[in-house]
Amino acid sequence: MIDLQLLALLLTPLLGGLLLAVFGARSWAAELNSVMSFCTFIAAVVLTIRVIDSGPQVAFGEEFFIDQFNVFLVALTAFVAFTTSLFSRPYMRIEQHHGKLTTPMLHLYYSMYQMFTLAMLVALTSNNMGIIWVAMEAATLTTVLLVSLYRTPASIEAAWKYFILCGVGIALALFGTILLYFAAERVIGDGGTALLWTHLNEVKAGLEPTVLKLAFVFLLVGYGTKIGLVPLHSWLPDAHAEGPTPVSAVLSGLLLNVALCAVMRSKVLVDGALGSGVAGGSHFAGNLMMGFGLLSVIVGALFLSRQKDIKRMFAYSSIEHMGLVTFAFGMGGPVATFAAMLHMTVHSLTKSAIFFAVGHAVQKAGTQQMENIRGMMQVSPTVGWGLMLGTLSILGMPPFGVFASEFLIITTAMHDYPWTTPFLLAALGIAFAAIFGKVQPIVFGETTARRLPHQPALIPVFAHLLLVLILGLYMPPYLADWYRQAAALLGG
Amino acid sequence: MSISYSIQFINLLASLLLLIAFAMLSQRRILSLINLFAWQGLVLSLSTFVVAYSTGQHHLYYSAALTLLLKVLLLPWLLHRLMRKLNVRWDVETLINIPTTMLVGIGLVIFSFNLAAPISQLSESITRGLIGIALASVLLSLLMMLTRRKAIPQVVGFLAMENGLFFAATSATHGMPLVVELGIALDVLVATFIFGIFFFQIRETFDSLDISHMEKLKDD
Repeated sequence: MIDLQLLALLLTPLLGGLLLAVFGARSWAAELNSVMSFCTFIAAVVLTIRVIDSGPQVAFGEEFFIDQFNVFLVALTAFVAFTTSLFSRPYMRIEQHHGKLTTPMLHLYYSMYQMFTLAMLVALTSNNMGIIWVAMEAATLTTVLLVSLYRTPASIEAAWKYFILCGVGIALALFGTILLYFAAERVIGDGGTALLWTHLNEVKAGLEPTVLKLAFVFLLVGYGTKIGLVPLHSWLPDAHAEGPTPVSAVLSGLLLNVALCAVMRSKVLVDGALGSGVAGGSHFAGNLMMGFGLLSVIVGALFLSRQKDIKRMFAYSSIEHMGLVTFAFGMGGPVATFAAMLHMTVHSLTKSAIFFAVGHAVQKAGTQQMENIRGMMQVSPTVGWGLMLGTLSILGMPPFGVFASEFLIITTAMHDYPWTTPFLLAALGIAFAAIFGKVQPIVFGETTARRLPHQPALIPVFAHLLLVLILGLYMPPYLADWYRQAAALLGG
Repeated sequence: MSISYSIQFINLLASLLLLIAFAMLSQRRILSLINLFAWQGLVLSLSTFVVAYSTGQHHLYYSAALTLLLKVLLLPWLLHRLMRKLNVRWDVETLINIPTTMLVGIGLVIFSFNLAAPISQLSESITRGLIGIALASVLLSLLMMLTRRKAIPQVVGFLAMENGLFFAATSATHGMPLVVELGIALDVLVATFIFGIFFFQIRETFDSLDISHMEKLKDD
């Protein structure tokens, strides 16, 4: 049964990719893209209900593994992929109307969009650490040509940087995976099962600590490049700023989460091998993640105020927030892990909503330079409000969900690692001043914007923000339970 | 062939691998660089074959064959074809400071040997101690990518890095599960195709394959 449900989840985007590879140039390709994404979302919901009802399970001869932790990311990924496809339908048509994109480019975009969804879903659900690596690399490969979609010098430069840096990063992650396999082989023995996460998880206490420590360093640096952890982040602002906005939304909202999921899978194993959590155990993996996370929060916040390009600014905001999540996962413990997962959810929803609103604002103003985007409220109150509310939400204003998760993270930090609190608070304060000060004149003030040839799609923006608002005001008990179970699986 | 002979043979191949990595670091002619890459693939394929023979791991024969097919024949052929199409067959890159680069390379080798020393002692497989060499060749390829200013040598460095990783997989362990190896091979192949597309996009946009033109995106 689970086999069938998983098969539906993975085959739908594959089928979508193939169909769009054939029909991507037709006028209804955008609708087909949305329909396929919607089917994937339905399959994800079915799978989620199933896993919540009957707990973690393996599928296809243990090659896939689904538990509360990854199924929540599967649901989130499928949902945001669906809403982004809704957003991209009018957005890409407007771009085509403005002469920035041609039909062959859209053809490439639609089929790669589905393949990218597939790669992320495989990376999330695979039980095999090697296949997770393969799928992460595939996710880079499918998006790299999308980053250079506009074929401008800047976009080609951004895509090349993205390709090379993530390629090098992911190669280091492969070395980490090989070391992990090396350690596992000594315990489990030869053969295919030594890379299966469920098997590794059973014997993790017996894995050689020195090898696992080294493996984790490589895995964290490798996948950390993808998460955009400082100092490995330099591809991220370029790729987000130069690629088409729907791609920025899914890169920022989804791909970073998927890479973090791979890191968390490795962390559970390393923690087990080093006996952290037990008295006298080493908190090596957690400390390393806290260090990288804190550095990303601080550097991300400091760079915010220097940005002139609006998409670049929100890319740095992603670095800051992913740093915060990494930091919270690094702290460990039930509350911090719970908060980290909540923050992953609300960040994905809010950041993609912001990118949707930013996309249309940029189209109306005809530029990404913030000083030339003015008075969105006058031209289109929905774009203006979407941008304003999204900004308030990402800055952690109550009553939005980001406030709840940031509050939990900071109170835990105060309790467990008091010395980090001033850094975190200062970074959040700087981020607030920088982003709010820049978005405020964009939303209010006199306008210079133009009308768009197609009606923009703003329902996804408000749907996302509504969800974030609900998560901030009232968390349904079953959802809280679900997160708690997931946190327990991560050893929190 | 007895076990001790095969160990010596693998050690010989490992040192050849490292030697080729150094040769690539100092090679100015892009065409020769691709040939060196093909030779490295051959060495890798041979060593995988010897490990397969001496340990009786059947799936390693497949990966040896796969390496031969992909890294000795297909990828170099693709790269040669690309160079013909892009008309850069006789391109020579000006490398500054080869001696310094070599010294840094030696430093990297010492660093990797130190890093790998505690792991090598744990290894029970016949090829213990080679993980240091594998790591060294990965880092040397990384260094090569850093020192190059042209697109094709960077890509060759990327692929050579993958060679080093593959060597780590066969020398430290008895090879990854076949499904993973196939996945990695597919990724590398697709990556090479995308690199090919990129070469054309870069040349069309910047009129050259020199990536030092691409330093516009910076935070000011």
